[in-house]
Amino acid sequence: MNRLATILAPVALIALLLGAWEAGCRLFQVPIYFLAPPSAVFAALIADAPALLKATGYTLAEALEALVIASLLAQGLALTVALSPLLERAVKPLAVVLQVTPVIAIAPLVNIWAGTDHPGRAVIALATIVAFFPIYSGAVTGLRAVDPDLMRLFDLYGATRMQRLTRLRLPSAIPFVLEGHKVAAGLAIVGAVVAEFVAGSGKVQGLAWRILEAGNRLQTAKMFAALVVLGVLGAVLHALLEAGERAGLRWWRGR
Amino acid sequence: MIASLSDVGVDYPRGPALGPFSLGIGAGEIVALVGPSGCGKSTALRLLAGLEQPTRGTVARAAGRGETAVVFQAPTLAPWLTARANAALPLELAGTARPEALARADKALARVGLAGAEAARPAQLSGGMAMRVSLARALTTQPRLLLLDEPFAALDEITRRALADDVLKLWADIRPAIVFVTHNVEEAVYMASRVVVMTAGPGRIAGEVAIDGPLPRPAGFRTTEPFRAKAEAVSGLLSGIMS
Repeated sequence: MNRLATILAPVALIALLLGAWEAGCRLFQVPIYFLAPPSAVFAALIADAPALLKATGYTLAEALEALVIASLLAQGLALTVALSPLLERAVKPLAVVLQVTPVIAIAPLVNIWAGTDHPGRAVIALATIVAFFPIYSGAVTGLRAVDPDLMRLFDLYGATRMQRLTRLRLPSAIPFVLEGHKVAAGLAIVGAVVAEFVAGSGKVQGLAWRILEAGNRLQTAKMFAALVVLGVLGAVLHALLEAGERAGLRWWRGR
Repeated sequence: MIASLSDVGVDYPRGPALGPFSLGIGAGEIVALVGPSGCGKSTALRLLAGLEQPTRGTVARAAGRGETAVVFQAPTLAPWLTARANAALPLELAGTARPEALARADKALARVGLAGAEAARPAQLSGGMAMRVSLARALTTQPRLLLLDEPFAALDEITRRALADDVLKLWADIRPAIVFVTHNVEEAVYMASRVVVMTAGPGRIAGEVAIDGPLPRPAGFRTTEPFRAKAEAVSGLLSGIMS
């Protein structure tokens, strides 16, 4: 496969789908409140650009804030747990229960705790819960995934617990922690948008609110415009973190 | 004696792995342990290293902590450290100041022919070079007892032979006692002053062959009559176990 073809293939597919969509809408005279054609979505994108950008900034800020909090909490807990296998056993069932509970089910409760005046806090808390687990389990796995022969070497030279942690287990965990952050960043966006739907109630002006507002007014073109922005935001964030992970790994193993 | 195993036995949950087994290692001696898979060669090595305790019997070790070094079958290098930092690791764990540890690591790397590769990471090294870093790491502490667990098993024949000569050259410098495990009869006869042949399940000593002649070996030693005779003697002992 040559390079140009690999770039053009997805572009061609998207163009084809958009063309079919536009043609279908015109041919069957689909009402615009039911399904807006791509041309109307594009027009809505342009017309709504300032509001959409603001909403994107809002959602992105929530997600990034959640990511930073989740990163600190997850790595802190993973490190604590790494020092005590008993503590890890104790935390595990709780962690699993919290992880498998849908964030949408916890949202009303978090909403009450955050207070109706601060829906933004609830959104960040919920996105933090979602972003927490990939980083936590990555760090815990990484801290345990030490080459057993290297462990024996440290035994042989009488390494202390602290030396084992700082010179062996922490550096061994880095690739796993990087991977955890990449997954967590995507989930933080998902978590923030889901939380906005549940906890936003009009006071959080993120992308979910744009979708809800447009939906209530049957403005499907605006709904699609917000979805397009959300999709692009997710893709850009993913690409950035993937590049970050690659750079991190290059630094870690020197190539 | 630098280390000895007296009537040791090791039981694993799946059954006895070793023993009764006795082996004394004299200072500066090179002993090869040869035997079928699962005969407890690596277990014997871990007992000598103090990494494992026997179920029965006693282990005496004159070489203390920091005077024993182990080279594993894989290079076992930390991927995030440079060759220099990997080689300096044992010294740093023992509390040697970093500049001195690094200087001694550089010297050890030069001795194994890796001058110029100090800043390379393990991922940038070939299998043979990585094994040399592993060897340099074992040498930085100037061990009195060097234990090699099938160190060249994963390498090609040419690299194996080069490394065998390197190990003997290094041995000549600091004269540690060396115990190495191998599947390869030729390698055992070429490198060792004494070859110990072991039986399988549980591991015991089937016989010993003393190899005389100068160490390091002179060029062409592999094609001499004494070499062939000793290799045949070891092979004979191995055939004896298998029948």
